[in-house]
Amino acid sequence: MVKSPVSDLDRTFAALVDPTRRAILARLEQDGTVSVSELSRPFAIKLPAVMKHLDVLGEAGLITRTKTGRTVAVGLTAGPMEEAMHWLRRYERFWSARLHRLAAHAEAMETKVRAAEPPREDL
Amino acid sequence: MTSLTLVRRIAARPSIVFDVLTTPDGIRYWWGPDDGPVLLAETDLRVGGSFRVRFRMLDGTEHESSGEYIEVVRPTRLVMSWRWTNGGDAAEAGEESRIEIDLHPIATGTELTFTHDRLQTTASRDSHEWGWNGAVDKLERHFSGEAGRAA
Repeated sequence: MVKSPVSDLDRTFAALVDPTRRAILARLEQDGTVSVSELSRPFAIKLPAVMKHLDVLGEAGLITRTKTGRTVAVGLTAGPMEEAMHWLRRYERFWSARLHRLAAHAEAMETKVRAAEPPREDL
Repeated sequence: MTSLTLVRRIAARPSIVFDVLTTPDGIRYWWGPDDGPVLLAETDLRVGGSFRVRFRMLDGTEHESSGEYIEVVRPTRLVMSWRWTNGGDAAEAGEESRIEIDLHPIATGTELTFTHDRLQTTASRDSHEWGWNGAVDKLERHFSGEAGRAA
């Protein structure tokens, strides 16, 4: 079987493993577009380390960086998270329908089995 | 958020539900997503045994999924790997995910808990262990509007 390439979803998950990166995303989720210097303020790490995290998030397609003069603005990108949510929603529909049919058939079988069983005196 | 969990109450005893889940005769009744026929259902119900199900949908397309049984505890628990081997979602062809089914007896029959985990990579497993709470939950709401019943 052909081994599938690292999917975008895998990259998303890999980027989200790190707590600092999750905190950065949470901040962006709350405040919209934020400059890099503003973004690094609450963290006890140096700017280059923050830049490194932003690189990972950028490669995963989770953020966009826009440079205006000397200021770099960071914002969220919806795509990869949407892919994850799309997977969940699609499979929810897919399995809900199947479980509905499974339940209907099991219930019909139960009725059949009960009809074939001798009446239980103890009930 | 890498997994989907569904819970259903079924008015049938666990042993009946378990057999409908795992026998070719049972699978014929529920595996297809619409009223199209299940063309083939093979199950080798033991740990390490495999299953293969092929069905045709009403639009004429044929699909096949298969996997291996990882845990088989009749009538309470079933764990299996799962993948599309033909048709289905091209983007996911060959990718393996995991399905866990627990059957708890209740007064009216069975409570079925179904979990589909998309755990095909170390990265997603790791992030699972980190816990997908707080920040990521907020992100989900932000991006999805309605988050569904994601676990």
